[in-house]
Amino acid sequence: MAVSKTYLDIPGTFVFDAEHSRLGYPLNMFCMSLSKEENRSAFTEDCKSYMNRFEMTEAQKQSIRDRNWNMMLEQGGNIYYMLKLAGADGTPYEQVYAAMSGDEPSDYRSMMIGGGRLPEGNLYKSDWAKK
Amino acid sequence: MMSHVPLLGLAVDHAKKEEEYFKPVFNAFDVSKKWIEDINPDAIILVYNDHASAFSLDLIPTFAIGCAAEFMPADEGFGRREVPIVPGYPELAWHIAQSTILDEFDITIVNKMDVDHGLTVPLSLMFGEPDEWPIPIIPLAVNVIQYPPPTGNRCLNLGKSIKRAVGSFPENKRVVIFGTGGMSHQLQGRRTGLINQEFDTNYLDKFGSAPEELAKIPHEDYLRLAGSEGIELVMWLVARGAMNERVREIHRHYHVPISNTAIGHLILENEI
Repeated sequence: MAVSKTYLDIPGTFVFDAEHSRLGYPLNMFCMSLSKEENRSAFTEDCKSYMNRFEMTEAQKQSIRDRNWNMMLEQGGNIYYMLKLAGADGTPYEQVYAAMSGDEPSDYRSMMIGGGRLPEGNLYKSDWAKK
Repeated sequence: MMSHVPLLGLAVDHAKKEEEYFKPVFNAFDVSKKWIEDINPDAIILVYNDHASAFSLDLIPTFAIGCAAEFMPADEGFGRREVPIVPGYPELAWHIAQSTILDEFDITIVNKMDVDHGLTVPLSLMFGEPDEWPIPIIPLAVNVIQYPPPTGNRCLNLGKSIKRAVGSFPENKRVVIFGTGGMSHQLQGRRTGLINQEFDTNYLDKFGSAPEELAKIPHEDYLRLAGSEGIELVMWLVARGAMNERVREIHRHYHVPISNTAIGHLILENEI
């Protein structure tokens, strides 16, 4: 059946579809490798040569060096894989979420405790264009 | 049916259960713990999703059933979670695998896999911190990470096939099925933190009485309305399909937030 991509007009969201998966394969498999203790140590000791074990693009490597989570997503990263990098760094997940949203961690936490980001005004890219 | 937020696992492991933040959720599970203790089933079929622990982008089974005698808790990037090894139920798991495949659900058979927080957090919520898990578990992993996951309708129908499988097992066993994941949440991008209480409430309201209606929700609606990770809710429909058409609600709880997620849980029993 036809595979339509009508989800592309959801704002601030990367759907991990075929294109993202193909692009992000080396980045995500790099992140996945950090599930193993020996790999975490190797990465911590020499991140450059460790990253070179994976056939990542320069943009992907840069996004990792910068811990630029949204850039990783743009480069095909999947959040569940990326969180393994956060885990290896000892970065609390909440800090990663706040960074992606562009909010200060304290503001982000307040938003969540207040019931989260509301659907109103956040469902279509056109909603965000009005802001 | 319940959410599986990893932070709840951390809260159990680090004795934070009494903190105000976690209290409403853990209190709500007191009812559920008592319920399962009273029921004392012979097996639990646990429908969950793997978060890049046992499976990776190398191999993405849409449905996979764990047929091993035991499953190790996975190292998800910060060491293995210190919970008991998960006991399997190979006889029943293999029976379900065979029965569902012959019933035209091409499920992947897994003889070795680690299980991550998607499976062990629900166990902690239901059983606390025992030295060993009291009931054998059949893990049923559903791909909800790589788009597209199976449709809600496919999940509901797989559940119906599982019901037929359990019914045809030569021994008469009491089986509980957990559908896990959800409810609305988004863990990525600038829209991270999305929660949709209206969507979730509607889902909880219709789950028992009108699952066929929920099974028609297209992926795009989950992604847009319930957040990119809210699509995990299709897993609940596997559990719903495995139950009778008529069910009664024993317990319901909904709370926002834990971590980034709306936590919901429902206990249903078959109406006979």
